[in-house]
Amino acid sequence: MLCQPLEIESLYNVQMAKDEGLVIMQLFITNLLISMLWALLMGEVSVGSLTTGFVLGYVALVLLYPSTGKKSSYFQKTMQFIRFALFFTKELLISSYRVAKDVAKPLPLMRPGVIGIPLDAETDLEITMLANIISLTPGTLSLEVSPDRKTLYIHAMYVINPDDLRREIKDGLERRLLELLR
Amino acid sequence: MIREIGTSIFLILGGMLTLVAAVGVLRMPDLFLRMHAATKAGTVGVSSITIGVMIHFGTITVTSRGVLVIAFFLLTAPVAAHMIARAAYHSGVSLWLLTRIDEWKTHGEIGKEEE
Repeated sequence: MLCQPLEIESLYNVQMAKDEGLVIMQLFITNLLISMLWALLMGEVSVGSLTTGFVLGYVALVLLYPSTGKKSSYFQKTMQFIRFALFFTKELLISSYRVAKDVAKPLPLMRPGVIGIPLDAETDLEITMLANIISLTPGTLSLEVSPDRKTLYIHAMYVINPDDLRREIKDGLERRLLELLR
Repeated sequence: MIREIGTSIFLILGGMLTLVAAVGVLRMPDLFLRMHAATKAGTVGVSSITIGVMIHFGTITVTSRGVLVIAFFLLTAPVAAHMIARAAYHSGVSLWLLTRIDEWKTHGEIGKEEE
């Protein structure tokens, strides 16, 4: 008897998660339609007008959506996405700067190594995204996912302390990525 | 005027980064480090050149294609690097002399998975 409410709640949560994805999709499409409408009303379909339309549509949705009495994590996800994109761009720029510096050095002072990172990511999409992003960020290149999908082996340019590097990737990249995807 | 300056900055930056990637591929001591140089500097270099082109034309057709070019480059370049590095490791390409640690070898199950 005691566990029954819990069970119902967990079922409810699964259903919620499914609906949530749908609502996010709907809101995103609405936002796109508003931006197209704006561009058409402005009389010119260009990058500038579409972007303006999207931003204005987003603001309108933020202001109006709560009045429908529903809630959605669309707005939160959008902010997370923007933050992730900025973080990723920053890492990408740092990594190319570092590669440029290394290439210019007379004698490369690198201490490369292959280390394994325990994975929290589970689905194919999560692992693929993580491996891709690791390859694009400073000093790391993904090599192989272990057959049991628990470990990702990466090749790093600077292994001063393997544990530090592991923590850096888990706390920085993986946490942010999973936050966005889940 | 501003558009021309923007275009030039991105084109020059992209050209320089692509050069860095090429020099890196030549200079780095082993295959894995070469892949580092090729993926990162190469991706940013090509993206930067594409952004320069997008700024120069500024029309919706060019920009939408430019965005797609960058998106697909960001998706495919790391996959290619990953596959090359993985294949190299499996076929026994040796790591550089100064490589400090190889956890794949010590903890991994390379012998097992090849059956």
